[in-house]
Amino acid sequence: MPAELTREQVAAIAALANLALEPDELDLFAAQLANVLDAVNTLSELDTSGVPPTAAIVTRHPIDRADALQPALDRESAVGAAPDASPDAAYFRVPRVLG
Amino acid sequence: MSESQPSARERCAAALDRADRLNGALNAFNTIAREQALERAAAIDADPARWLGAPLAGVPIAIKDNICTRGLRTTASSRMLADYVPPYDATVISRLEQAGAVVIGKTNCDEFAMGSSNENSAFGPARNPWALDRIPGGTSGGSAAAVAARIAPIALGSDTGGSIRQPSAMCGVVGVKPTYGRVSRYGLIAHASSLDQIGPIATRVRDAAALLQVIAGGDPSDATSALEPVPDCVSALTGDIRGVRIGVPKRLLAEGVDGEVSSAFFASLGALESRGAAIVDIELPHAKYAIATYYLVSTAEASSNLARYDGVRYGYRDPGVGSRDSLREMYATTRARGFGPEVKRRIMLGTYVLSAGYYDAYYLKAQQARTLILRDYEDAFGGTARVDAVAMPTSPVPAFRIGERTADPVQMYLADVFTVSANLAGLPAISVPCGFTSPKPGASAAGVGGLPVGLQLTGRRFDEPTLFRIADAYERDFEWSTRQPTLA
Repeated sequence: MPAELTREQVAAIAALANLALEPDELDLFAAQLANVLDAVNTLSELDTSGVPPTAAIVTRHPIDRADALQPALDRESAVGAAPDASPDAAYFRVPRVLG
Repeated sequence: MSESQPSARERCAAALDRADRLNGALNAFNTIAREQALERAAAIDADPARWLGAPLAGVPIAIKDNICTRGLRTTASSRMLADYVPPYDATVISRLEQAGAVVIGKTNCDEFAMGSSNENSAFGPARNPWALDRIPGGTSGGSAAAVAARIAPIALGSDTGGSIRQPSAMCGVVGVKPTYGRVSRYGLIAHASSLDQIGPIATRVRDAAALLQVIAGGDPSDATSALEPVPDCVSALTGDIRGVRIGVPKRLLAEGVDGEVSSAFFASLGALESRGAAIVDIELPHAKYAIATYYLVSTAEASSNLARYDGVRYGYRDPGVGSRDSLREMYATTRARGFGPEVKRRIMLGTYVLSAGYYDAYYLKAQQARTLILRDYEDAFGGTARVDAVAMPTSPVPAFRIGERTADPVQMYLADVFTVSANLAGLPAISVPCGFTSPKPGASAAGVGGLPVGLQLTGRRFDEPTLFRIADAYERDFEWSTRQPTLA
């Protein structure tokens, strides 16, 4: 496991996370994330062979509900909090995708 | 409610006035909902027959600002949601309204409930009512501060790794993280879905139990909510804890705990013992891995949950982006400017540990460690120890100064060392005040030297009544819960 993160690695992670970081943030996060990874690396000393992973503590399996119409938000409310919406058509507007 | 009690309107107006008066110093509220609250209180007063017997009729309540309230701004203390007005209520809000409670405002917290001090709020830190230069704890710092300052008698927080219990301890109030699934998460702005729970904060154990009773129970809108019947938490408060077995992981507490916190904690065990409880030494061999496990699991889940903030359906969109920019660039600049540093750090860490090549070493490893941490508790509750609850200090240190730990994320994360395992194991836990540190020379301008210390009790799944019974029995012997901070 890496003892440190390079600026390039941090930039690659930021791209995966859809975060347009500033140059100074790349440096700061490279140092801070390396420290955090150092701290969590204590787990590597733990023998987990054969131990099943726990993803969640749930007490029941999902239950199918009746296939019936439920009350839901009206269209106006559903798009009402959008930064750019067309309430009449109930559309969200986004920047151009195709040139 | 007896007839001699003040009207809902009087109670709510008093709470709102106090909130207005103290919020400049405490910054406990992001939004004070005066008009809505008074209107609702008046409606309750106007129809006494309808609210007769309602458990919280006319009771003012403060709600953490990551719980959706229809028509009332809900920000998660983030620039991303600074102007977000939800079109729906969280299930807990609907249940509170059915019980007659009146929401007086939305409380400050760490952004998206990520932090340990309330310093990650986009609206500035909330302050500790016992010492205004100190943190109230986090992430539900505003809710704990509002209750400690007697603005609202009860509040809701959310707890992903200690976010109800730790600020409750630091503010000298009672806070409960229910069993995972006990309370619906529908309408809670998601941080880490396998860890998050909403829970009560109150000045007394009895009020916390009554509030949990109202919000608990299965919900068709949350598939992870539990269908187990909700027990009567209030009638569990008998004061009788004879024969109750309380496990203490002494080896774990040997290092890293502030001396005064340690003294208060061990004194509280003595008090429980004199009420007839048996104190049993236990081992939690994997507890020392809990922080590492927590920060891998929670950030992985957060990186996925927070992918939804993309400037399209709700929330902030970066205004600097014009139509010539691509959609992807809009996402990236919106997220870079809408999220604060700690949220970005956690999204980055979570993205990294889930990425190809690192998944097994980090995320899978953490999930396996989670199993071992869970088994430690199962061994303590079963096995030869057969304890009914595990006791630890809630926080290893009392409230620290604002700014003291912000430069080093790892130091900040260590504040959660005793609280995260209850979330990883899905267990219920309560923090109850168990003393104060001694006044320090040069005590803060608030005029109070001593800082509150909390006793944490962790119980079996769905056994909140035993936790309430122990905490209430302890509370009967001490006046910690009745002490109030001096505020102008």
